[in-house]
Amino acid sequence: MAPALLWLTALMLVPCGLILALGFFRRGLYGGIEYAFTLENFALIVDPLYAGIFLTSARIAGTATLIAVIVGYAAAYAIAAAPRHRQPTLLFLAVLPFWSNYLIRTYAWIVLLNREGLITQGLRLMGYEGEPPSMLYTEGAVITGLVYNYLPFVVLACYAPLARLNPELAEASRDLGASAFTTFRRVILPMTLPGIAAGAVFVFVLSIGNFITPALLGGGRFQMMGNLIYAQFLTANDWPFGAAISMVLIAIMMGLLTLQAIAAERGAGERREGANG
Amino acid sequence: MTALLSIGGVTKRFGRVTAIDRLSLDIHENEFFALLGASGSGKTTLLRMLAGFETPEAGAILLDGKDISRMPPNRRPVNLMFQSYALFPHMSVEGNIAYGLEMERLAKPEIARRVGEIMEVTELSSMARRKPDQLSGGQKQRVALARALVKRPHLLLLDEPLGALDKKLRAAMQLELKRLQHEVGITFIVVTHDQEEALVMADRVAILRDGRLLQCGTPHEVYEHPANRFAADFIGVMNFIEEDGRTLALRPERIRLFPERADRTTEGRVTARAYHGLDLQLHVETPLSPRPLLVRLTADAADRRPVAEGDTVTLGWNDADTRIFKD
Repeated sequence: MAPALLWLTALMLVPCGLILALGFFRRGLYGGIEYAFTLENFALIVDPLYAGIFLTSARIAGTATLIAVIVGYAAAYAIAAAPRHRQPTLLFLAVLPFWSNYLIRTYAWIVLLNREGLITQGLRLMGYEGEPPSMLYTEGAVITGLVYNYLPFVVLACYAPLARLNPELAEASRDLGASAFTTFRRVILPMTLPGIAAGAVFVFVLSIGNFITPALLGGGRFQMMGNLIYAQFLTANDWPFGAAISMVLIAIMMGLLTLQAIAAERGAGERREGANG
Repeated sequence: MTALLSIGGVTKRFGRVTAIDRLSLDIHENEFFALLGASGSGKTTLLRMLAGFETPEAGAILLDGKDISRMPPNRRPVNLMFQSYALFPHMSVEGNIAYGLEMERLAKPEIARRVGEIMEVTELSSMARRKPDQLSGGQKQRVALARALVKRPHLLLLDEPLGALDKKLRAAMQLELKRLQHEVGITFIVVTHDQEEALVMADRVAILRDGRLLQCGTPHEVYEHPANRFAADFIGVMNFIEEDGRTLALRPERIRLFPERADRTTEGRVTARAYHGLDLQLHVETPLSPRPLLVRLTADAADRRPVAEGDTVTLGWNDADTRIFKD
């Protein structure tokens, strides 16, 4: 317990505390920090310009999460339904891209989505002669990149509860008169919801703070919170404002993770309560 | 009696393994029927074909004269109680039992009434709101039973219904199941590997081996008149004596000690003696077979003529009590 606490304090709480503290100071005239207490950094966040970036980030991260959950759950379902001896291989294949560098994976999408990229060339081969479709540097490209990169998290988070599910439960549901779809909706889905929630929180939290994918696949046209923070620290040299935005991002992540923990705990609590009743 | 369920020439293969081999069987209305066999005998495969989870390669399964062998499980008026009970862990006891009626789209008050009734019969009313993981093994078993019974199926299939219970509870539940079956008037088919359980509960027993039917009859018939050597060995305890190219089968309780009159007698030496309360079991070495004969004496008979290990005794029995199999 004590070593873990020390580890957390040194590597989590202290850096976070430092950043939080930075947010309450003023930016120096030529960059740097002027140590005078102020709240104006936090006031600046609700400025329509920055609030708009938050909303865009939330929309893009939300869409990516939704798509990743649907695709990832379907993939996990298919893997869990495959013959048992083939499951480790399939799972390995699903996670395989994850072991290459994030940047390389993202550049691969540039090669694919480019105006003269593989997709356009493929279309040409099939006889398409019009304007090349503009796919790169769109919101769609950013979402595609995020979904692709974080999909393995959803597959892994959903596979575990699906593989643990007793197949006789689905059979029992069919035996009691439920169609295959009703069986999925009333038995399989509710029992694997914790996995979906864990995967979704992962994708959302990682997406909303991401700055590489919007920069490379969005071409700078799509500022997300991650880009904004990056710019404040490295370009604008406004560390205090960058710290303030970071705190908002961390607050959103903590909020979501806490919610998920509470939901999981409530499920367990209900079970305990019923035991006494 | 009319046949409610008629299985005709059913065959099921898994790859090169034939799980059920041209099996035919009639089961009557309101019957308590037991499918008895060791693991790998095909009894569970047969049950899964009746429930709709497996499709036979050949043959027909007629329920009320209609072939159901290709009907999906959710359309069959047949319900299965799973060996693992397969209770939905995220639903309460009440929710589990109501599930099947909700699938029939019955009106809410009708569902509530029928769920209430069956919980009364199975003594679950006090735990309606509990979740399955707050129940004991016996309670789970009753929920699984209630969940299947509440649908009022034409046929209820039970896969090793008492397998997960401890020995004492099992004995009580055997009689309880029988009582329930009488009360609800539904045909039960029980799959079991426990021959004693089959004899106690069932009106008729079918013995399966390697996907084939060895014998089908009342418990008395299969115990007293086994159709072949395997059936004789599988049901109860049997002594086998090989002589003149044939096999003599003799129940331990039919052998008497120092008989006044008997069709056959033999001398032997007691090599082991085990007291079981209700009876006394002796191993007696005789010239008739390489393995000692098992003799089962009632407590009464044992008291009348005490024997100890190493004693020489005379055993006797009547020809009418033996079965002869020609291999």
